[in-house]
Amino acid sequence: MPFSNEEILHFVQETIGEGLVQSSEPYDLLTVEVHPDALLPLVGALKNHPQYQFTFMTDLCGMHIPEQTGKELGAVYIFHSWTSNTRIRVKTFAPISQPDIPSMTAHFNSANWMERETYDFFGINFTGHPNLVRILNVDDMDYFPLRKEYPLEDQVRRDKVDSMFGR
Amino acid sequence: MENQLIKNNNLPEAFPTDKEAFANELTTLNLGPSHPATHGVFQNILQMDGERIVSGVSTVGYIHRAFEKIAEHRPFYQITPLTDRLNYCSAPINNMGWHMTVEKLLGITVPKRAQYIRVIAMELARIADHLICNSILGLDAGAFSGFLYVFQQREKIYEIYEEICGSRLTTNMGRVGGMERDLSPAAIAKIKLLLVEFPIVWKEFEQLFNRNRIFMDRVIDVGPISKEMAMDYGFTGPNLRAAGIDYDVRVANPYSSYEDFQFDIPVGENGDTYDRFMVRNEEIWQSLRIIQQAIDNLPEGPYHADAPHFYLPEKQDVYTKMEALIYHFKIIMGEIDAPAGEVYHSVEGGNGEVGYYLVSDGGRAPARLHFRRPCFIYYQAYAEMAKGMMLSDAILVLSSLNVIAGELDA
Repeated sequence: MPFSNEEILHFVQETIGEGLVQSSEPYDLLTVEVHPDALLPLVGALKNHPQYQFTFMTDLCGMHIPEQTGKELGAVYIFHSWTSNTRIRVKTFAPISQPDIPSMTAHFNSANWMERETYDFFGINFTGHPNLVRILNVDDMDYFPLRKEYPLEDQVRRDKVDSMFGR
Repeated sequence: MENQLIKNNNLPEAFPTDKEAFANELTTLNLGPSHPATHGVFQNILQMDGERIVSGVSTVGYIHRAFEKIAEHRPFYQITPLTDRLNYCSAPINNMGWHMTVEKLLGITVPKRAQYIRVIAMELARIADHLICNSILGLDAGAFSGFLYVFQQREKIYEIYEEICGSRLTTNMGRVGGMERDLSPAAIAKIKLLLVEFPIVWKEFEQLFNRNRIFMDRVIDVGPISKEMAMDYGFTGPNLRAAGIDYDVRVANPYSSYEDFQFDIPVGENGDTYDRFMVRNEEIWQSLRIIQQAIDNLPEGPYHADAPHFYLPEKQDVYTKMEALIYHFKIIMGEIDAPAGEVYHSVEGGNGEVGYYLVSDGGRAPARLHFRRPCFIYYQAYAEMAKGMMLSDAILVLSSLNVIAGELDA
């Protein structure tokens, strides 16, 4: 049986206290926004809790919200407890001028490539990551393409020179 | 952002630039990016001691197509073709997962009949996906005939896709709110025929492999993965279940009426290549069971929800009714705003939990859409698994993990 959102939220509040910024339940999925410093202690506590056992990291999604001044870049984690079939979504945000978020590789090996992907597209610096280099894009790319300031390429433009395909 | 040339100054760490590596006479072997045994475009730079792999570095990104960026500039219905190209071996599952995500955001309930048709399409896709994986595993182990034999059945499945939606590989099947058309009598007939013919073929395939001494010697205890390691590396799907954990999204969080069907979740023991093969085999039988139940109990009723803002009206209404014409125009031009919200929805894909994390800010396109691609997450364990293995075994492990390049790179 899944644990109730209230119970998990209560545990989160107890564990990190001030580190909890806000919480909500969009579409019944408990979502907590935490301070970057509280991220690893919270996830460690959720993972090692004898009953909750959030031992599976389902997903990591980077996010760029230019309107949120001071916390433009974010990482959204989804954790899953297979013993009770409970999910929790954890968000954390950092300023775009210094996008440091602690690396989840301390708790989950699966975070390795997911964080590299997020770094690749958003430029979030996951501190403590063993090998934070680009993964899907070419190594010497000098921008982070999923940030909102980069528009999608206009497919009808003619002024582009592409030496490889002669377009 | 000037034109980027591919430079070679960022060689991966394992590339032996130091003299010590040469002194130990390790050979660097590029497995891929274009090699028949990789079944897709991805590269493994392996350090070999003779025929044994000492270490490896996996490189991905050769067919990265920036789907998440494109999706931020497209109305919801135009994102479906992007999902086709994730795991192109089981495109309908991705399509349906995406439709269900949008329906969850919009609060649309799909009628039972459409849900059952979706289940049929998804289970057919699962069969096609597992069939490719298992037959190609056989092919990599040196048994070509099984592969050719079952591909005939895959063709039959693709013919059913054609009857349902008109296309074969990248299906773009279904719509937000239901299916684009009802199951035709021809489609039902073909599904029923498949349910009779396929088990005969698959039984023969199993007889060829399951207790075949040569095949067993090649795959048993090759590339085992423990429960803990599988969980730590984010395994889902058949690869996880082969390691002994019975997590299946269809059971854990049933969607599209999966709770109506009776089926078993096969589980392996030590997660080696043979277990992965056997789990997929058994899942094919279970999928057939589900299709049989769905086709027998196919409910009557509409095949799409009443959602005029998102579901295209009937073509004849578009020509004769003003309201239908307006909706048709607005949907096609992508001029309908979705409510703000964030949803995560996942379905059990061919390779594991295919998740869609959709953030809408109330606009016409997603503010952010992230695809959880199971392949991308579990493929990072491959270098670890291949350590100390013979090269020919590593090929089999890669094959049994069923890494699909389209799903790796998104």
